[in-house]
Amino acid sequence: MAGTFKFELVTPERMALSQDAIQVVVPGLEGDFAVLPGHAPVISALRPGVVVVTLPDASRTRIFVKGGFAEVDPQHLTVLAERALDVEAMDAGTIAAELAAAEAELAAAGDDTARLAATSALDQLRALQRG
Amino acid sequence: MASLKDMRNRIASVKATRKITKAMQMVAAAKLRRAQEAALAARPYAQRMAGVLANVGASVANRSGAPALLVGTGKDEVHLLVVMTAERGLCGGFNSNIARLARQDAGRLVGSGKSVKFLVVGRKGADALRREWGRNILERIDLKGVRQLGLANGQAIANRILALFQAGEFDVCTLYFSEFKSVIAQKPTGLQLIPVQSPDAVAPAKPQATYEYEPGEEELLQPLIERNIATQIFRGLLENAASEQGARMSAMDNATRNAGDMINKLTIRYNRQRQANITKELIEIISGAEAL
Repeated sequence: MAGTFKFELVTPERMALSQDAIQVVVPGLEGDFAVLPGHAPVISALRPGVVVVTLPDASRTRIFVKGGFAEVDPQHLTVLAERALDVEAMDAGTIAAELAAAEAELAAAGDDTARLAATSALDQLRALQRG
Repeated sequence: MASLKDMRNRIASVKATRKITKAMQMVAAAKLRRAQEAALAARPYAQRMAGVLANVGASVANRSGAPALLVGTGKDEVHLLVVMTAERGLCGGFNSNIARLARQDAGRLVGSGKSVKFLVVGRKGADALRREWGRNILERIDLKGVRQLGLANGQAIANRILALFQAGEFDVCTLYFSEFKSVIAQKPTGLQLIPVQSPDAVAPAKPQATYEYEPGEEELLQPLIERNIATQIFRGLLENAASEQGARMSAMDNATRNAGDMINKLTIRYNRQRQANITKELIEIISGAEAL
C-alpha cells in the first residue's frame, strides 16, 4: 500500500471531515478523478457528485457534494464544497428535497455552466434515489 | 428628601431591572456558545478559500485581461464600505465600535478626495451612520427575520455587491465587521474584498507549487472570486453574531453587577431613613409625655 494522505472536506458551516485516506475519487468539472498519495498539484472546480473516500482500513465513505473546488498537492487533498451530505445518512426525504432544489436551479439556470451543474446534480441524485 | 414609599418603589424597580439584565446575560451566554461554535467552524473554509484564491490569483494577476474583481478597476476613486452590525442594541460598545471604525475610514477617504458609499447590513449600523452619512447610504439590508445564518445570507449580500460592481458604482470595496477574539474581546475589523488583497497578505509563505488548473485559470478564477466574496461575508456575519453575543453578555454582566451595588446602597439608605423616622417619632412621643 502506498500510504495515506490527508483528506479534508470543508463546508462553509464546518469542517465536515478531516482524516487520512488511501484514495479519494473526486467529481471534477471535466470528469471524475482519483487522488492517491503523491498526486500532482491540481486545482479543479467540482460538479455536483459523490466523493468516494477509501479509508486506511479499506472501508469506504461516500459523500454527496455540491458546488466547490478541490485543491490537491502531494500530501493533501482539500475539498471546498458548498454542501456536503453523507450518502449513508441521506434518506428518501433529503434526496427528494435536494432533487427539488436541483430542479429549481435548472429552471433558473441562466447559462450553460449553471445548466450543466444542475443537470449533473439531477443525474447524481436520481442515481442515489434508485439506491 | 424622598419619602420611604418612593425609596421602596425605587428599590423594587432596580430589582426588576436586575432580573431583566440577568436573564439577558444568560440568554446571551447560551446563544454565544452556539454562535461561537459556528464562527470557529466557519474559519477553516474561509481560510482555505483565501489560500486557494491566493494561489490561483498569483499565477493570473500579472497577465493582461485578469478579472477586474482581482486586480481592481485601475482606479481608486469610489469606495464602498459594507458595514455589518447587529439588529439589536444593549450589547455594550459592539455596534458603535464598528460604526466608529467605518466612520473614521470614511472621513479619512473623503479627506483625501475620494468619495464613499455605504451598504449597511443590520439596523443598528444604519442608525449610527444615518446622521453623518445618510446621503451616501446606497442600501440597507436587514437580517431581522433570520434565525439561522446560512451561506445563502452571505450569498445574497455578495450578489448585491457584485451587481453594484458590474454597474461601475465603486472601485474598492471594504467589509466592516467585528472579529471574535474571545468572550470579552471583539475587534472591529476592516477587510478589503474588491480588489482581492495581494496574495502574500492573505496566505503567507505557502510553498509555491505549480498547480494544474482544471478547467483553465481564467474559467476557474471568476467563480472562485465570487464565491470567496460570499464566503468572506458569511464568515463576517458569523464572527459578528458571536461578537454580538459576547459583547452583550459582558455588558449585561456589568449591568447586573451595577444593579446589585445600587440595590445595596439604596437599601442602606432606606433603612437609615426608616430608623431616623422611628427615632424622630419616639422623641416626639417622649417630649409630648414630658410636657404633661
